[in-house]
Amino acid sequence: MTTVTGSTLVKRGLADMLKGGVIMDVVTAEQARIAEDAGAVAVMALERVPADIRAQGGVARMSDPDLITAIIEAVSIPVMAKARIGHFVEAQVLEHLKVDYIDESEVLSPADYANHIDKHAFTVPFVCGATNLGEALRRIAEGAAMIRSKGEAGTGDVSEATKHIRTIRHEIAVLKATCEANPDELYVAAKNLQAPYEIVREVAETGALPVVLFTAGGVATPADAALMMQLGADGVFVGSGIFKSGNPAARAAAIVKATARYDDPAVVAEASRGLGEAMVGINVADLPAPHRLAERGW
Amino acid sequence: MPATVGVLGLQGGVREHRELLERVGARVVLVRAASDLAGPDGFRVDALVLPGGESSTIDKLLRMFGLFEPLGAAIRSGVPTLATCAGLVLAARQIIDPAPGQQSLGVLDVAVRRNALGPQVDSMETELATTRGRIRAAFIRAPVVTAVGAGVEVIARIGTQVVGVSTPTITGVAFHPELTGDATFHRHLVRAASGEAGARGRGAVLSG
Repeated sequence: MTTVTGSTLVKRGLADMLKGGVIMDVVTAEQARIAEDAGAVAVMALERVPADIRAQGGVARMSDPDLITAIIEAVSIPVMAKARIGHFVEAQVLEHLKVDYIDESEVLSPADYANHIDKHAFTVPFVCGATNLGEALRRIAEGAAMIRSKGEAGTGDVSEATKHIRTIRHEIAVLKATCEANPDELYVAAKNLQAPYEIVREVAETGALPVVLFTAGGVATPADAALMMQLGADGVFVGSGIFKSGNPAARAAAIVKATARYDDPAVVAEASRGLGEAMVGINVADLPAPHRLAERGW
Repeated sequence: MPATVGVLGLQGGVREHRELLERVGARVVLVRAASDLAGPDGFRVDALVLPGGESSTIDKLLRMFGLFEPLGAAIRSGVPTLATCAGLVLAARQIIDPAPGQQSLGVLDVAVRRNALGPQVDSMETELATTRGRIRAAFIRAPVVTAVGAGVEVIARIGTQVVGVSTPTITGVAFHPELTGDATFHRHLVRAASGEAGARGRGAVLSG
């Protein structure tokens, strides 16, 4: 075999190495260093955290390449960056900048309301958001090498994250049961999930996504992170929750600790002590539907 | 009685090692606290795996949970160990390009450069000749060994760069056999754990 880069295995493989870890949103090189010092497995470089995108409004786009390059140079851990849904040229730019992962993200303003990026066309791997199994499988069909449940970014309200990870895990369990009882029903299951039959069958047979599943959107405390892990996430993205809190360095380290030993209440309790103020947050129920980011993507 | 292999289970590619070890007949326990490693009666594992992941994160977690010293002591006392990618960084005597404050266990007398093979766009799958046979290997933001101490045998190279080393008890590789599903190194580890003659490496005793 010749040497290959950008293979499915290599793309999914980096996500495998992030499991059990916390990926933190950062908007400056200084924040990136704080995240690395706290034990982040990767950082997500972006111009504004979701809470600020929400507060300031306007069109949210890929970050300035200068910022992304400064963050890549500031840390030794993997650097991810966000491109708008469907904006394959932003993705080309990010690949050129040699980010380690691209997040095709609903947190930014979509660039295409019909098509997502053809992620097979890239050497760099992609992570995409999903609110349910069908959405996750469509993204995987397009070449996503990692999935994150969306939650509702920039709120500090974990309820949507809970709903999305539970929905995805539940739908996988239903599919597996269908496969065991009536495998001939997988064709109609694929139709209902609006996803390719081959991927649906693979998930039904293995009882798991073929890629790593992280969770995101509203995680603000060590207990939130541990909740996501107990609900079956492979790891956690924390956006506004760290750098919109009173003591980002301490909170970041505490969330790392609680994520690694999520099943030990003594560890989560210890991690939760004395962190100062959490981000203030917004209840998702108070958000008008057009302001909900999770509904972007199809 | 199958050999019990402890996989360091705080962060990273833990599941893949577990599956491969179980495939070759080992019993697997995850090492997430010092009590998983040893009890009043001595070690609870016959062998150890230090998996891939983010080496700077794993280092911090080990220290956070009081595992750093006990893990180093177990490996130094001769528990057979397989270290892959970040695990190799963690085992090394010296890390080149560490994250600020990053420490290593110093149980393997090599210097290792983190992310030496480049960012993710340079991550690759390839065929690799090793002293234990040809294998398919995946390199993910991989480190390389830049200096090898006395008593450490080089077992794999890419071009001129050292990507695999061994001592009588420790095997360290910069790549991920657990991702390609190649069980060569895991079989070797389980044989060493079972104390079978001839399974151990040929190098001299590790200094320090």
